[in-house]
Amino acid sequence: MSVWIAIGVTAVGCYAVKLLGLLVPAGALERPLVRRLAALLPVALLAALTAQQTFADGQDLVLDARAAGVAAAAVALLLRAPFLLVVAAAVVVTAGVRAMGG
Amino acid sequence: MTEQTALPDAPGTGGAGAKPDAAVVRDALGVGVAVGLSGFAFGVTSAGSGLTLAQTCALSLLVFTGASQFALVGALAAGGNPLTAAAGAFFLGVRNAFYGLRLSQLLALPRAVRPFAAQWVIDETAAVALAQPTRRAVRIGFTVTGLTLYVLWNLTTLLGALGAEAIGDTDAWGLDAAGPAVFLALLAPMLKDTTERAVAAVAVLLGLGLLPVLPAGVPVLVAALAAPLVLWARGRRAGGAEDDGAVRGAAEDDGAVRGAAEGEDGR
Repeated sequence: MSVWIAIGVTAVGCYAVKLLGLLVPAGALERPLVRRLAALLPVALLAALTAQQTFADGQDLVLDARAAGVAAAAVALLLRAPFLLVVAAAVVVTAGVRAMGG
Repeated sequence: MTEQTALPDAPGTGGAGAKPDAAVVRDALGVGVAVGLSGFAFGVTSAGSGLTLAQTCALSLLVFTGASQFALVGALAAGGNPLTAAAGAFFLGVRNAFYGLRLSQLLALPRAVRPFAAQWVIDETAAVALAQPTRRAVRIGFTVTGLTLYVLWNLTTLLGALGAEAIGDTDAWGLDAAGPAVFLALLAPMLKDTTERAVAAVAVLLGLGLLPVLPAGVPVLVAALAAPLVLWARGRRAGGAEDDGAVRGAAEDDGAVRGAAEGEDGR
């Protein structure tokens, strides 16, 4: 049940902000500081999420096969690989390292 | 950006700066198909995180903004409180409001249509639409990207979730690395100057450092404070320059969105 609550709250919230952008008069949110913060907020969240989902096991920090996979994704990004290939690199390398007992 | 509010209403052919409709459709399909297929990764991750098939599909149908979806299932899998998990996903979705602001000027939609267009206001549609030279091209780009992505993303989510149930242990297949790889791929084009990199570095430190001591899901929310923290620190260092920093920041932001658009196009 609690999962459905989370889904409901997220769906309503995410839809509301999308609609808000289309409905508010131009200029209302265009204050420089607001826009700057809005651009930086996803940077902070995505960086924290990347790190946590790479190194977290519950509340512990661990170094396991995922780190190798995400490192492979980073290399793919540096090589300007397409999105799908980046994700595939992470998955394949993680599976490979795990198969070798890492 | 203001100069773009007065877009020519020219049709897709003829006139300076015009772009053939076919070229716009091709751009839109390229992004829509590539990203739409990665719904597979979401379906697998979500099912692997313990969500049911219905819950996984509901997320793609109703939330339809990838980073928030991955964040939510990740937080729930980590044992986070549902509202804390939803808060993290919501804050990631806030950026779509700013895409909407730009898009509403460019698309010039009737008010009655906006509630329907709203669900498609995401990274990819904004990236394609904002890169178009005319209103007609913006509308085609937005619609084709939105439709392709919505249909494919939901279809591949379903297939991914079904596949994960068939596979069983998704971790053995390395599928738990898909989530962070998606986040990294979304993050990379944003890390253009020192401010962005500083925010990312502080957020990583906060996110990992607080993980052992705070309840699941909360460290990510605290890590979001890296954004105002870094802005504040840079504002202080700028010293007597007053609002200069903020104004320059806004100019950089304009570049960031255009850069992101180019980045997405490059996929």
